[in-house]
Amino acid sequence: MELAEAIILSVLAASTPLLIAATGELVTERSGVLNLGVEGMMIVGAACGFGGAWLTGSTIIGALCGIFAGTLLSLAFAAMTLGLAVNQVATGLALTILGIGLSGLIGAGFVGERITPAPHLHIPFVTDIPLVGRILFGEDGFVYLSLALVIAVWLFLYRTRAGLVLRACGDNHISAHALGYPVLRIRMFAVMFGGACAGLAGAYLPLAYTPFFIPGMTAGRGWIALALVVFSSWRPGRLVIGAYLFGAVTILQLHAQGAGLGIPSQFMSALPYLATVIVLVLISRARTGGSTAPAALGTVFVPDR
Amino acid sequence: MRKILIAAAAVMLTAGASLFSASAADKLKVGFIYLGPIGDLGWTYQHELARQALVKEFGDKIETTYLENVSEGPDSERSIEQLVRAGNKLIFTTSFGYMEPTLKVAKKYPNVHFEHATGYKRDKNMSTYSGRFYEGRYIQGIIAAKMSKSGVLGYIGSFPIPEVISGINATILGAQTINPNIKVKIIWANSWFDPGKEADAAKALLDQGADVIMQHTDSPAAMQIASERGKLAFGQDSEMIKFGPKAQLTSIMDNWAPYYIDRVKAELDGKWASEDTWGGLKSKLVVMAPYTNMPDDVKKLAEDTQAAITDGKLFPFKCPILGQDGKEVECKGGDHLADGQVLGMNFYVKGIDDKIPGK
Repeated sequence: MELAEAIILSVLAASTPLLIAATGELVTERSGVLNLGVEGMMIVGAACGFGGAWLTGSTIIGALCGIFAGTLLSLAFAAMTLGLAVNQVATGLALTILGIGLSGLIGAGFVGERITPAPHLHIPFVTDIPLVGRILFGEDGFVYLSLALVIAVWLFLYRTRAGLVLRACGDNHISAHALGYPVLRIRMFAVMFGGACAGLAGAYLPLAYTPFFIPGMTAGRGWIALALVVFSSWRPGRLVIGAYLFGAVTILQLHAQGAGLGIPSQFMSALPYLATVIVLVLISRARTGGSTAPAALGTVFVPDR
Repeated sequence: MRKILIAAAAVMLTAGASLFSASAADKLKVGFIYLGPIGDLGWTYQHELARQALVKEFGDKIETTYLENVSEGPDSERSIEQLVRAGNKLIFTTSFGYMEPTLKVAKKYPNVHFEHATGYKRDKNMSTYSGRFYEGRYIQGIIAAKMSKSGVLGYIGSFPIPEVISGINATILGAQTINPNIKVKIIWANSWFDPGKEADAAKALLDQGADVIMQHTDSPAAMQIASERGKLAFGQDSEMIKFGPKAQLTSIMDNWAPYYIDRVKAELDGKWASEDTWGGLKSKLVVMAPYTNMPDDVKKLAEDTQAAITDGKLFPFKCPILGQDGKEVECKGGDHLADGQVLGMNFYVKGIDDKIPGK
């Protein structure tokens, strides 16, 4: 049972950055903008997040630096795709390349430094409850924050008027525009939110996961976050399932290897991706709910003035 | 305004061109292909240190260029060719996966000399070089067996290639001299560099009862996890004590500088020839970080073992070597396995209760 507890703790930690980044991207895509630069914004968030925490000694300031950096990069993306109506796919890819280079430059000064990892919650007695105590009440702040974020996004998208308008922009920007909604401004905020989340998710890596900064430390997690948004068929609830499923398979395959089950490790490493593809096929075949991609996703909108 | 701009551009172009030709005529251009970022604190970082040592040694006699984050496989061919076209006459490709691409480019440009790390294919203008890292692993095995309370070692592998497998075998052979029943749990990250995954692998190994972690991946993540949990670990490629002041036992450090200086000197003297260099503790290509966080008797044992290997009195792959099935492996090197057998190692020795992935 102790092993199960340890596995669940590892799964939560591994899933959290994916969940945070994917939540941000989900909002961006729901407004009709496809930002493929998540990986780039994450890695710059990681560099700035670490830098902030290293200089000040505060995890919170580090996280804020990550959020700020991610937002700043997403603003560059917004200026290109919304302001100048440049192709979103190309700009997003360019943003990733820029981010990877930029993070190396920013981080060059503090490679090899280390910080104290983010503190974990500890409520006397409650956290010490066997098995469930540490899982429910002993995580670092990011884990709780990520779940709160998903709930907030769900409430926003489905229970507020602003959320409805945002979804309308993503489904049909011409109609939304005709109704008098500022499509580009709404999309800009959605892109900024996506950037902030990606920055925070990136900052999670050096602040809580592995408390040091190394260039390239996101190692493709931004791309997985993008895939998770598709996996969730653009719904926050399914995003949680997807992120934890992915994290769980990732960790379980490591444990299966350690236990010497004799299954080829190459296959095990591919499992999280295989599982994602299989679930994706099942969802699209089931066709319940009927929610697929936002209709205007990735299309450029130039308002007629 | 426009005319001024054009004139300025023309001046800059000619200035640039003359600068270029001047340097191209006098200086030997040396190129490097790196697998990771130079700040990975591991494999690539050590190659970068050696490049800096070259610059220090030869000053303005050479001009060095490096390309970092070059993925292994066919794609790297373009990067290698890019260095050739930029006028590099001596090119170091510093990872196993660049073997075929390097060979291909070498055949295409017979006047350029290539140096490929950790591979086994050579040509008249392509040398190979590597470190006998297994010598260090053998010492680590002895230390690990002495320090482990649970008798279970955790090993994080990158890819199941001979270099990594011979490392695992050497570790176990060393450990068995102390504790014949030592167990090892192996997790393959299927990546050289993914700090998050390496950390997860280390957590999984510790959760499953291992209490000493060794790794053949490049980041200090595993060391940091061991340190956090109050367990022990070995560094990889470079000094990692900063990430585990109370955890690091030692670290196998790659010391490429002497080799690089040798080769560049040979190139400058016009004496470069295709060779196969495999240096170990003796030639100081493999260096052990200080032995720390262990009692004096273990430290003494480690130092004695290191001295014995250095003096050629002890061979980690001393015959008889038993395969997993208990059968003796053919001994082609007299009283120890031949270099070729170690370089192409694709079997586990007796005592490893696991299978090589994909076999």
